[in-house]
Amino acid sequence: MRNSKVVTLEEAIRRSGLHDGCTISFHHHFRGGDKVVNMVVDKLAEMGFKDLHLAASSLSDVHAPLIDHIRSGVITRISTSGLRGELATAISHGLLKEPVIFRSHGGRGSAIACGELPIDVAFLGASSADPLGNACGYSRSENAKSICGSLGYALPDARYAKHVVVITDDLVEYPNMPMSIAASDVESVVVVDSVGDSSKISSGAIRDSKNPRDILLAKQAAKVVINSGYFNDGFSIQTGTGGASLAVVKYIHESMLAKGIKASFALGGITAHMVKLHEEGLIGKLIDVQSFDKVAAESIKDDMFHQEVSAVDYASGVHKGSAVHALDIVILSALEVDVDFNVNVLVGSDGVIRGAIGGHQDTAADSALSIIVCPLLRGRIPCVVPRVTTLITPGKSVDVVVTEYGIAVNPARADIREKLEAAGLNIVDIHSLAAKAEAIIGKPDPLPFKERVVGIVMNRDGEVLDEIHEIE
Amino acid sequence: MNTASAGTLESGDILIQIAPSEKPGIEIELQSPVAAQFGRQIKAVIEETLGGLEVNNVYVKAVDKGALDCTIRARVSAAAVRATGKDVWKD
Repeated sequence: MRNSKVVTLEEAIRRSGLHDGCTISFHHHFRGGDKVVNMVVDKLAEMGFKDLHLAASSLSDVHAPLIDHIRSGVITRISTSGLRGELATAISHGLLKEPVIFRSHGGRGSAIACGELPIDVAFLGASSADPLGNACGYSRSENAKSICGSLGYALPDARYAKHVVVITDDLVEYPNMPMSIAASDVESVVVVDSVGDSSKISSGAIRDSKNPRDILLAKQAAKVVINSGYFNDGFSIQTGTGGASLAVVKYIHESMLAKGIKASFALGGITAHMVKLHEEGLIGKLIDVQSFDKVAAESIKDDMFHQEVSAVDYASGVHKGSAVHALDIVILSALEVDVDFNVNVLVGSDGVIRGAIGGHQDTAADSALSIIVCPLLRGRIPCVVPRVTTLITPGKSVDVVVTEYGIAVNPARADIREKLEAAGLNIVDIHSLAAKAEAIIGKPDPLPFKERVVGIVMNRDGEVLDEIHEIE
Repeated sequence: MNTASAGTLESGDILIQIAPSEKPGIEIELQSPVAAQFGRQIKAVIEETLGGLEVNNVYVKAVDKGALDCTIRARVSAAAVRATGKDVWKD
């Protein structure tokens, strides 16, 4: 067509004016199935670029090939929400000279919008795009090859990056509507065989945890929600995707039916569970920054009340209209919680990076009620500890911690404590949980951290919250 | 004394393999995801348990999957009983 922006990846890179030292960005909506990051960085290496700053919304196991590109000097800096797998392990052991900058999803969105994280070239995978660049996380054509649903984390990049390259595996006729990324933000369109393996976003099917401990934790968390004072008609809710978090939805569902209570919206990473409640009429609207499975991705395509939202509109701390400000209840998981209610979701208790901040900081801070669900122990690893290995979400944002040995309430929330005690729940002092863990497993020896800093954790306002040190 | 083992590689368990050794004492090779924080304690529990059973001059290979001390004691005892043929639970 006239004015088509379709070019090869190499030509798109050349046109972008990218040079050594620039910042390139990516989204992680295909999660474990992502093919864009490796494809683009391979090409950049082949073209001889060096010293690039890779600013992704998150990175996972599938990005292990970046290790070679770091060794060869193509990538010298990384900003992300999380790191997993071999790449995370290598970085924890000192692979990258510069520390990785970790931001929450809301923190990344606002850093991009406010110019703290300027992006030179954004390479954004999309499941459909037209020749002018109108792009989407699904495709309505017969040739649809992939689907990831919401492109929420890519939207700040599309809007604020100096140069935007849309990469798609389904070039459709103009106009590709409705679109997520608008053609006016896009400089080039690249067509490839595959941008991602949608089956690896998640299994796609609703599977309830059969782990009896998860079920116990979920039942306790559901009781906290139901008796918290926030479980009223028109309430709003967000949950994580862990086994216990998903199971909480099941028990809340039963109570919503029994009491005739409906939610106004569910927020965040949207799962098949939430879609089901929405379709049953129990949740009015879904505000979706990231579709966590294929059911959610299909729903955003077909349901007008299932709305895509950018990371900024989802969870920015500086944009006062972001959706987390309207959120009543959030149910989150944790690797560790300490006696001051601080939470770690990023660094394992072996000192190796193995997670992501995600929306943890954002939702805990701005929701009316934040509930952390975690077992007291995972194997011999304690989850309630005297001090978190790495500080991610400050204790002042955390209201309730649910474990299988009792429920701890932040002393700042005496109002919640009163309500839960009145409902007959087993409320305990968080210090007694930490002591119980230590009585079972013993006192751990200190981790063999070294001097060098391999990661910096930012808070959502752009200040340094904690440092992650190299581990032996 | 024979070579014997007890335990599994399931999460929360520990696989203990005991073999007679020419070297005096107890030699332990430990693999554990929590070695940095709990390796010292795990080895101490293994030594203590074998000491209590008067088992000596052995090589122990322990593949830990996050076992608690009670599990470690049970697996070490079972492996020792199988290795020595001396049933400590009979009396």
